[in-house]
Amino acid sequence: MIWVFAVVMGIGVAAGVYLALSRDLFRMVVGLSVIGASLNLLVFASGRLDSAAPPIVVAGTQILTNAANPLPQALVLTAIVIGFALLCFSLVLVVRLMRAADSDDAHRLRAAEPPHDAGLKPPLEEV
Amino acid sequence: MLVLLPLLTTLATALACMLAAGRPRLQLLLSWTGLSVLLVCAVALLLQVDNGGTLRVALGNWPAPFGIEFAADRLSASMVLVAALMGVATLGFQMSDADPASPDGGLYPLIHGLLAGACGAFLTADLFNLYVWFELTLICALGLMVRGAALRDLEATLKYFVLNVAGTLLLLAAVALVYATTGHLNFGALGLAARQTDAGMLLPFVALLLLALLIKAAAFPLYAWLPASYHVLPAPLLALFAALLTKVGAYALLRVLGDVFAGSPAVLYQALGWIAVLTMVSGVLGAAYHWDMRRILAFHIVSQIGYMLLGIALASPGGSAGAMFYMWHNMVVKGGLILIAAMVFRLTGHYDLRRIGGLYAARPWLAVLFLVTALAQVGIPPLSGFWGKLLIVRESFVQGQAVWGAVALGVGALTLYSMAKIWMEAFWKPHPDPDWQPTRARLAPAYAVTAILAALALGVGVYPEPFIAFANDAARTLGGAR
Repeated sequence: MIWVFAVVMGIGVAAGVYLALSRDLFRMVVGLSVIGASLNLLVFASGRLDSAAPPIVVAGTQILTNAANPLPQALVLTAIVIGFALLCFSLVLVVRLMRAADSDDAHRLRAAEPPHDAGLKPPLEEV
Repeated sequence: MLVLLPLLTTLATALACMLAAGRPRLQLLLSWTGLSVLLVCAVALLLQVDNGGTLRVALGNWPAPFGIEFAADRLSASMVLVAALMGVATLGFQMSDADPASPDGGLYPLIHGLLAGACGAFLTADLFNLYVWFELTLICALGLMVRGAALRDLEATLKYFVLNVAGTLLLLAAVALVYATTGHLNFGALGLAARQTDAGMLLPFVALLLLALLIKAAAFPLYAWLPASYHVLPAPLLALFAALLTKVGAYALLRVLGDVFAGSPAVLYQALGWIAVLTMVSGVLGAAYHWDMRRILAFHIVSQIGYMLLGIALASPGGSAGAMFYMWHNMVVKGGLILIAAMVFRLTGHYDLRRIGGLYAARPWLAVLFLVTALAQVGIPPLSGFWGKLLIVRESFVQGQAVWGAVALGVGALTLYSMAKIWMEAFWKPHPDPDWQPTRARLAPAYAVTAILAALALGVGVYPEPFIAFANDAARTLGGAR
């Protein structure tokens, strides 16, 4: 089982990095979100995948035996929520940016930077 | 309970401000109330910790390694106090009309959210919890940055977003891997477990954690997000970002390398030392190119981070104390410089140094304020920066790291170059337009705030003994003493 996890995680991170390195803004943020989803698998697997039994102490006993580790499940839930919020924000941001800049090419986003061909001194600022 | 009060205060204030949306006066009142309470709590916490030692709270009454623990030692408490102080400075400066942030679009809830994220990161004693506070800080910072909604704001936000999220993802991966190796997330338990785990096994994961935090702290070569985005912010927010965001990263590095995983293999500290040196040099050289005051100061944030990293890399109580002292000093002084630049902008209409001048004749007291704050940043005695640099550089030479110490001194000279550039261009040379008159502006709150910050730099510089002693006490409780 852990091998399936490892392979899926590896493919996910590779695909995410490929997308995130794109100049297309939309692919870039989706790529980051794919990396995030794959890393959520890593968080989940960090508690070991050796049992599917719920971590509930049976009535009348004191010791929990052979149960899944509940902590990474709590952690991954938090990470998923945060990742989803960031994905939503980034999608809205990219849509606004594509409308404002009239382009989805990361290389053409120079409004807040000195131009590529600036000489020894940066050009005068407007404000 | 006192440990949680700064957090509860900021979160409650953020919530109250959100509920008062659309009523700016009420929001302002709530903000001032919340910040005053935060300041009082921070002072009380600091006094309590200084007298009675580290305070701990385990939430839900779960004992330490299982429950999420919050702990305030001298380092945490002092960082919370300086953060609260800079929150007050931001809000006070917002009362003037020098490049203020527009009060709509959730300004106040986001500012308090940012403070809550920073205070949470300073106070938590749990690695995953630290990640959550980083996320809260990030999302509030994104909200504050995107508020302008002009093309350059959106662009800057995207650059900030992409590189910081990459850092966050690495942080999440590092937390998961550290947990998988040691079985702990609590700082105290992690420290114990790390000493019992094979160092070679843990090294790559601690290194990954280090990498993630270096992105957050804007260290070489991972700082590209900072100069690409900070300069679009309105001045009070820029000062708040400069004071809080990268310093949270630096604090987390000190906490991780100087406290939790103290005694990690020397290769980590060596690498961090060289990164620190390169951060200092590349930051200060980037600043030398620019003529926009905001861009110059943004690059100087990077450069100053290098000094803190150097203190951490020295891996000794002396180095940690230096890094701490430098963080306090830099949060105050850097915020002050940015606010003074905004006052220059208000009086002259431009941030670009080539379009302005003549302020020494027109506003001599502003020139004095700038000079005090700028020389504090350079590290001229008797100002606070001198002692910060002295602690770090002396410790470098004591440990035989002569190259690191020498570079730190050289970067001080280059910092002086940048500050002298602002001084010559904005204050000393005549204004390019001979008929220019300074704009009439409501600057009294801005003068008050920057004067207090400059007075702090001067006061700490003239009478550094209690602060250095406090930093040394704080450094001694780090690491093995937990």
